[in-house]
Amino acid sequence: MRLILSLIAGGLFGAGLFLSGMTDTTKVQGWLDVFGQWDPTLAFVMGGAIIPMMVAWQLTRGRRPLVGGEFPTPPKHEIGHRLIVGSVLFGMGWGLAGLCPGPSIASLSYGGIGGIVFVIAMGAGMLAAPAVGNRLDRIAAPA
Amino acid sequence: MNPDWIMGLIGGGLIGLGGAVYLLGNGRIMGASGIIGGLVDGSGWSTAAERLAFLLGLVGVPTIMYFATGMAKETHLTTNMGVIIAAGLLVGVGTRIANGCTSGHGVCGISRFSLRGMVATVFYILAGGIMLTLMRHVLGVI
Repeated sequence: MRLILSLIAGGLFGAGLFLSGMTDTTKVQGWLDVFGQWDPTLAFVMGGAIIPMMVAWQLTRGRRPLVGGEFPTPPKHEIGHRLIVGSVLFGMGWGLAGLCPGPSIASLSYGGIGGIVFVIAMGAGMLAAPAVGNRLDRIAAPA
Repeated sequence: MNPDWIMGLIGGGLIGLGGAVYLLGNGRIMGASGIIGGLVDGSGWSTAAERLAFLLGLVGVPTIMYFATGMAKETHLTTNMGVIIAAGLLVGVGTRIANGCTSGHGVCGISRFSLRGMVATVFYILAGGIMLTLMRHVLGVI
């Protein structure tokens, strides 16, 4: 059950990214290109995705997940240096190539060699993240 | 309304529906960077099957749509390998340090009115906009 639901969720996510044009880097970079040919499509995608998710969060109240267990509680750590610096680094990469993690995977089969190289580099970045994060903690709060 | 915007809304709706299935069904937040990252660094190997099933759907459905419908959905990714590698590294490091990306912080975070999700989204959009403007209009690299 859990696996089937995961497959369905991933499939819907992929179908949505495909149909909305979010695996096209020109549309993502178009959203960020306020001084060029600005393209607001990404805002419609975000809005379209947030509405069903708002309903879903409402439905979690007083219930349990279908497969059992608990719903995720909001994380305790609030706005810190990791959130800010991490998001800035992510944004820089996102602007540079027009790809974020979801679309990079969704377009893996038709994104060519560049798309594959991007995913490998992203994996390497993920492996390096704990070391970079620790370094960041030391800069933010010197011992 | 611009047909691209309508497709954006419809596609976005499907993305949100996927997130709703993952949340209400499995009790998990649909964050692409978290699902991938847990497999890459081993922190999520105890739930590897669930993650792999999700990724199978994420790769599989666009593949079927691409080859079955013949819809021209080029990625138009730059061919500059230096840019691709730098961007991939930044996205990988950044999303793991911030503990989320466009799907986790953006879609799932904002929809639960999470301050963290909103702050993250403001910062990655600002950083992305500045980076793109700098590299495209000032330096002319991309």
